[in-house]
Amino acid sequence: MLKIENLTLVRDQIIILNKINLEVKKNEIHTLLGVNGVGKSSLAYCVMGCSGYEIKEGRIYFEGKDITKFSLSQRAKLGITLAWQESARFEGITVKDYLSLSGKNGNDYLGDILDKVALNSKLYLDREVNEELSGGERKRVELASVYAMRPKIAILDEPDSGIDMLSLGKIKDYILSLKERGSSVFLITHGEEITEISDKISLMCNGEIIKSGNPNEVRDYFKRRCRKVCNLRKKLNE
Amino acid sequence: MSDYEAILKAYELSGGNPRALQFPDVGSLVVKENKVLSSNEVEGLFLKSEETSKGVKAKLLVKKGCQIRNPVHLCFGVIPEEGIQEIIMDILLEDNSSVELLAHCTFPNAVKVKHIMTAKIKIGRVSSLKYSEVHYHGVKGGIEVIPKAEVDIAPQGRFHNNFTLIQGRVGKLNIDYNVKVAEKGVVELIAKVYGKEKDEIKIKESVFLNGEEAKGLTKSRVVVIDKAKSEVIGETYGNAPGARGHVDCVEIIEGEAQAEAIPKVSVSNSEAKVTHEAAIGRVDKKQIETLMARGLGEAEAIDVVIGGMLK
Repeated sequence: MLKIENLTLVRDQIIILNKINLEVKKNEIHTLLGVNGVGKSSLAYCVMGCSGYEIKEGRIYFEGKDITKFSLSQRAKLGITLAWQESARFEGITVKDYLSLSGKNGNDYLGDILDKVALNSKLYLDREVNEELSGGERKRVELASVYAMRPKIAILDEPDSGIDMLSLGKIKDYILSLKERGSSVFLITHGEEITEISDKISLMCNGEIIKSGNPNEVRDYFKRRCRKVCNLRKKLNE
Repeated sequence: MSDYEAILKAYELSGGNPRALQFPDVGSLVVKENKVLSSNEVEGLFLKSEETSKGVKAKLLVKKGCQIRNPVHLCFGVIPEEGIQEIIMDILLEDNSSVELLAHCTFPNAVKVKHIMTAKIKIGRVSSLKYSEVHYHGVKGGIEVIPKAEVDIAPQGRFHNNFTLIQGRVGKLNIDYNVKVAEKGVVELIAKVYGKEKDEIKIKESVFLNGEEAKGLTKSRVVVIDKAKSEVIGETYGNAPGARGHVDCVEIIEGEAQAEAIPKVSVSNSEAKVTHEAAIGRVDKKQIETLMARGLGEAEAIDVVIGGMLK
């Protein structure tokens, strides 16, 4: 479904991503695992087509179509979406309005969508998506808006960060329900706990994919060896 | 079309509900140019108006201990393309009273119109005034609007003012409010304005927190696009122990527009605290990209963000 070939991102003459090859298959939960600062979010922004993340080398294909030069809007219209690690604030826009922008649903349905991210619709639908919601609450609202959109592929950038252990189970259920509805998920994380639901894991270190495949094997490799090495490399680079 | 029908139509353009002007239990005052077309008092509300050569002098009084149940509707308008309207307004809330005023100022055909509103507002002890003012200036931009207000808030009084001008053109707008707040009084001034083409916006709001534990918030949300200009001056003076004030100004600019924010915070008592925040710039990139990632086009995403901010 999503195929990345030899993708290289250079910013300020620094190689952020180096010859990335990766494929997310239809209805797959594909996790990109790696410690902080190795380029995971940058890859998400490249795939989504965010400004400042235009790639010079490599290609991105979606459902067989070369979308490398497509704008962010064009990609979204094809069914690609992204939930940011830190969600934006929207003054004057209620949760209800915000979710309605992603899909055309009645109020009851929006309530069901909020249930998916463990937010009580009675308490949240009429609240604004502004600083009065905590970062965690805004993140859940953003995940709900992704759900409302029914994307073909959802790129979720660290949906587990800033979330307590109890809520982590809810986030896992949410991701599985996205898959049940037919979406593929490109899950970005530095925490192993959430990777349990992955069909495949790719491991990123220093802007490169260093291992990809069976979740148990890759996770084990990450725990035993990679985490320390990546952190060390990152420190050396700093 | 009669004068009354014409002003009602204009009133509707500015978001007013013409039916509300016909209910006997709803206080109202309708002024077209310098003519008082209708005026309705309700129990506890005294409303007197007098026509002048350029406009109207009006006095609104809420009697001691009276809580006016329904919002009082005020409609001021100039229908011809040219004209002047000068409204001199005296508002007095006696002690322990409350009222909500919904003012609609409408100038749908303005090519060369000047509207001057000079208000003196006194809010008695433990009294509350909510004043919502919505303007509609048409699409030609040939209007100059000068609202000036001197407000005195007695101990434990409350004044909430909401000025909105987001439909059509602004023309030239020059708001100047001065508010003095006594002990435990509260003031909240909110202005939302959307300037286009060559509109010129100037908002000056000064709040003097003179009484102990007085509280004040001035909040401005201004959007300027094309070649429009805006200047927002938010001043708050903390002059008494426990006084708390905040100035909050956000201006969004697009195109060749220009915006300036001048917050001034001054404290003359060591137990007072006044803060400010001001931001000017384009619509935040992350907000736009988040909405675009949900399938909106860029222009649509900007409209959604601006619409939310001015709501």
